Amino acid sequence: MTNMLAALGRFVLGGLTRLGRATGFGGVLLRRVGTAFTRFRLTLDQLFAIGVRTFLIVVVAGIFVGMVLALQGYYTLVNFGAENSLGVLVALSLVRELGPVVAALLFAGRAGSALTAEIGLMKSGEQLAALEMMAVDPYRRILAPRFVAGFISLPLLAALFSAVGVYGAWLVGVQMLGLDAGAFWGQMQDSVDFHADVLNGLIKAVVFGAVVTWIALFEGHDCTPTAAGISRATTRTVVNGSLAVLGLDFLLTALMFGG
Amino acid sequence: MIAAPLDKDPLIRIRRLCFRRESRSIFDGVDMDIPRGGVTAIMGPSGSGKTTLLRLMTAQLRPHGGRIDVDGQDVHSLATPDLYALRRRMGMLFQSGALLTDLNVYDNVAFPLREHTQLPEALIRQLVLLRLESVGLRAAQGLMPAELSGGMARRVALARALALEPDILFYDEPFTGQDPISMGVLVQLIRAFTDTLGLTSIVVSHDVAEALSIADHVYLIADGGVVGRGTPAELWASPSPWIRQFLDARPDGPVPFHQPGPSLDQELLATDRSR
Repeated sequence: MTNMLAALGRFVLGGLTRLGRATGFGGVLLRRVGTAFTRFRLTLDQLFAIGVRTFLIVVVAGIFVGMVLALQGYYTLVNFGAENSLGVLVALSLVRELGPVVAALLFAGRAGSALTAEIGLMKSGEQLAALEMMAVDPYRRILAPRFVAGFISLPLLAALFSAVGVYGAWLVGVQMLGLDAGAFWGQMQDSVDFHADVLNGLIKAVVFGAVVTWIALFEGHDCTPTAAGISRATTRTVVNGSLAVLGLDFLLTALMFGG
Repeated sequence: MIAAPLDKDPLIRIRRLCFRRESRSIFDGVDMDIPRGGVTAIMGPSGSGKTTLLRLMTAQLRPHGGRIDVDGQDVHSLATPDLYALRRRMGMLFQSGALLTDLNVYDNVAFPLREHTQLPEALIRQLVLLRLESVGLRAAQGLMPAELSGGMARRVALARALALEPDILFYDEPFTGQDPISMGVLVQLIRAFTDTLGLTSIVVSHDVAEALSIADHVYLIADGGVVGRGTPAELWASPSPWIRQFLDARPDGPVPFHQPGPSLDQELLATDRSR
């Protein structure tokens, strides 16, 4: 019993210590983030590495999620004679929830893990120390452009995910199941509000982008610089990043749509 | 020799340095002076804290006690801009080379120039080519770090470290894992750059022959402190058992062959009982 309590105490203390380090890391990063804008070329390179290279997986996932939503939605709505509302169902699901959340989960798996591995390998190869010794601040030169690129990329990827998902739903609903195209698009246009739905979805994506990129960069910067240490850090990025996205999604949904 | 007075106006002055990793003490009250100019070798057995000392001198690590002054400035109390200003006068050759793996050889050497100067690209090109020529790797300018041998990577890193014409150059185990030719090249380059550019070179190494062949001053560290210092000739003549064991590569002596622990008899009997 005493051992269990001690283990629990160690676990909690370890978690709090890591959270403290991560917060300190985030504070330093935010103070030095200006370089990402003054030397935007560095950020552009990272937008390509982080954003463009996540493009394909987001497009493919978006189209399949949209198609599945349309199939599932149609077979439920048709029982109530409400199949013409399929466009609204799919669009609201994607724009409010699935777009930001699934894009963020894919982002954590594809770009977040790559960021952690890259920074971890730079640490183990003494490249970060070499930058320090060349009087080049790694926060400004390496971390800030990646943070801003992640922050910019995810809202764009989430918007892309939602757009492609709606297209997938149109393919299944209108082209395959024969729904009226006018009703599909018209009802969607009537019921999806730009501020309440699209903008709130984008705000979620901005928050997820900042949090997932922060976690990915922190894990890489904080990792034990060995093969096993980088592997553990990469896993933690995906697990912690995904859990943070899901937890924050609940919180943001409650704030935005709760009342 | 150990009792000889320390330098009056050293470039690096270390006083009462204490550093530990968790509960293990690495340095316990170390005093050291690195003179201006020439090559100072810091030697000692593996695990004696040579690389740690280098990282403490360059403020990559903070000591638990004591003080390190570089050119009169306490490196651990400097604000970040002042520390970076001091580091622009320093270069460091890491054991792995620490080249930026997404840049080729040319861009690695050009990197500090592009970061710290507003020089036009044409002038940067000339400086980079001259630096690469001085380490014999001008023809390798288009190669990526993954395409270089260990010795070539260190020479590129040396060219990069020299790009901003530093006053002090730190070398972390420059000879480890090198073939005889690469080792000879590095030995010659370190001495030549020190003399021609008027640098202060600080070489951390456990390669006795190579380090002593180019050093003007030597510190021998072990067991958390300095166990010997002087010129190479003074060290070779020293009767100190520490120095003799290290220089003569004796397997046993003050640094024991066996890791301290329970005796073999105790261990074997304990194993028998456990069965």
